[in-house]
Amino acid sequence: MSFSNSLELLSFHWMAYTIYAFIIISVVAWFGYNLTRKERVKSLVRIPFYGYMAFLVAGGVGHHIFTYNVVPWVSEDITRHEITPDKTYDITIKAHEFFLPKEKMIIECGEKVMFNVVSEDLVYGFGLFRQDHTMVTQMQVNPGSRNDLLWTFNHNGVFNLMSTEYSGPRGNKMFIKDAVEVRGCDTKVAMLEGGMQ
Amino acid sequence: MTLMNGVNFKPESLNALQKVTLRAVVMSFLFYGLASIEGMIMRVASVVPDIPPVYGEPEHFFSIMTVHPIIGLFGSTYQLVFAAFMFLVPYLTKKPLYSVKLANIVWLLITIGSATAWIAAFIWQYAPLYTLYWPLPADTNQFKTIGGIVFIIGVALIMFGTFGFIYNIYATIFARVGIHKNKTTKELLISGFGIDGMLNLFHKLTGRPPYTKEPALSLPVVAIFRGTVDTFLDAVVILGAGILVLIYLIADGIGSPLDLAAIDALLYKNWFWWGLDLVADGLVLIYVAGSWYLLATIITGQKLFMENVARAALMLELLVSWMVWSHHLLADQGQPEMMKLVSGEMVTAFELLTQGLALFITLVTLWKARPLKPTMELKYLLGGLVGFGLAVPAGIIQADMAMNRVLHNTQWIIGAHVHIAIIVGLYMTLYSVVYVLWPLVTNNATLWSKKLANAHFWLHLIGGIGMGAFMGMAGLDGMLRRHMYFEGEYQTYMILAGIFGSMILFAWVLFMVNIIMSVGLKGLVGIFLPAKDDTASYGLDPEPEPGLVKA
Repeated sequence: MSFSNSLELLSFHWMAYTIYAFIIISVVAWFGYNLTRKERVKSLVRIPFYGYMAFLVAGGVGHHIFTYNVVPWVSEDITRHEITPDKTYDITIKAHEFFLPKEKMIIECGEKVMFNVVSEDLVYGFGLFRQDHTMVTQMQVNPGSRNDLLWTFNHNGVFNLMSTEYSGPRGNKMFIKDAVEVRGCDTKVAMLEGGMQ
Repeated sequence: MTLMNGVNFKPESLNALQKVTLRAVVMSFLFYGLASIEGMIMRVASVVPDIPPVYGEPEHFFSIMTVHPIIGLFGSTYQLVFAAFMFLVPYLTKKPLYSVKLANIVWLLITIGSATAWIAAFIWQYAPLYTLYWPLPADTNQFKTIGGIVFIIGVALIMFGTFGFIYNIYATIFARVGIHKNKTTKELLISGFGIDGMLNLFHKLTGRPPYTKEPALSLPVVAIFRGTVDTFLDAVVILGAGILVLIYLIADGIGSPLDLAAIDALLYKNWFWWGLDLVADGLVLIYVAGSWYLLATIITGQKLFMENVARAALMLELLVSWMVWSHHLLADQGQPEMMKLVSGEMVTAFELLTQGLALFITLVTLWKARPLKPTMELKYLLGGLVGFGLAVPAGIIQADMAMNRVLHNTQWIIGAHVHIAIIVGLYMTLYSVVYVLWPLVTNNATLWSKKLANAHFWLHLIGGIGMGAFMGMAGLDGMLRRHMYFEGEYQTYMILAGIFGSMILFAWVLFMVNIIMSVGLKGLVGIFLPAKDDTASYGLDPEPEPGLVKA
């Protein structure tokens, strides 16, 4: 099992969390109903205390172990300083404006791309979005510190660039349409206006 | 007639402690209403950006977004929690409150401070948001200096009020009067930090008699004691940030601007989140756990299940809450990876353990005492459990390096996690406390309508979960939490979130109608008139005690 992009991961997450939400609401509702009944209902299952604690620990820690193993960008992010990127793009942000490389950012399928973003004044965000507004990836952009995001693109698409962090009301206009294009992939996750992803 | 006089509420019968409690509660629910209206304005503007008072202008939208948490969290939640605890600590420790006068100053400072911050956003559209990411709050290219100064003064007043609350709580706990006459400060400290519970567990494991059979402080007081440590640290950090911003704004105002780059933005972010996160992961979770334990014991009339474990868990939460702030910085590439892994992911995951434990202990305590009456306090308590049962895992999921990359700053975090935690988890717990304390603080005033109380419960519960759920779904589809959309990008989700949000607002209207009809307008005014009885305790035999002060 492996997730090749955010759409797959978030679809899985949507399903898993929705099931969990219905379970926890049902469990408390079941408690609420039986707490007030005159006939003392028997417990459906006996949950040993230490078993419950072990379940919580496994859930909390196991969740991270699970995503580390099935979501490729985690290990790639942690070890990005040891990876030589196929391409590096240097981007500057100043006065609520993105200053992109002169050449259009066109990425071949499977390339590892490093986005080096510098802020010269405020805290901003750097986020790539599909044409249907779903998010591909993002990072915070702090002035005075390193903001480098290594990303491997596995699907075709034309992505918009937005600031994902609030930088005052003027930051609301920080949007560049079709800033990044990925091409050359065989897989097509979805046909969308202006590009595939 | 009922509107004027209420059902059978007699404000002149209330003592000083009861009155000061009710004053803060009244202000809290007024601010809650304001926060709900603000929330609905933003919900509607997310569908129709041109509606007044936003008029499609980000300056308006974000100034509302800036004061919304100030009004909701400080003006309302802090007031309500502080009021409840300044009543409960004397009640549970069977001692008078250290100072009713100070309690009056607390609610006044928080009320004036919240209103001042609100005015700064309303008049000058000062809008750095509650996050105050450096150097945005000192950015005089976007914001007027005077707006920033007024805003910071407002927040500072709230923090001074918070310090007043903290002093009052600890002075009451450590006062060696009544049942604590013969207790030492060391004994009270050990109990306050939950160390006696931990030692009891250790003694049991090693086959020795318990360290103490009767801990100096009851478990809810331990939770209040513990949570208040985080409240203090949080107030220090917020006040410190405020002073820093104030220095820059004043320097700019007098024509000698300081270098904004002199403050490292990432370091500031770490420091600020360390303090701010103590509200969410320390103060709220600990106060809520303590409230659940108290409510479970009051509702059932029985001892808490696994009390020593609960005490020890509160001690564990002390360490956990101080070490989790990095989960807010998982998308910051300059943040050391080890801090992301240890603080951001692993230690944060322990909140699942501590909150899961509190949920387990509360449910088992209720279960062992069944059958119980379906009272309003029981219903709200169960609603609170559902709220945190949903919101805590939603936060833990987000505090993961894989998920955070695509969820950070989206509506997922503010909807599925924050709003469900606050509106459903925290507020339903607080409503349960309100219903438990109602007969105590009003001298058994009769509630006007049980039907309205039930309608409020269901509207609040369904509205809170529904709004949070649809905001969360919008977040999964990429909707940012701090962005104004104009092209109807997430229209369907926002319409649905708005419908459920309006249920929350309507629920508040029903609650207020019920309360006003119960106490009457005269009773409402009477709450704010000086108390004839200056007693600073509840349920104690009248005897002269040090520290009694007129309201």
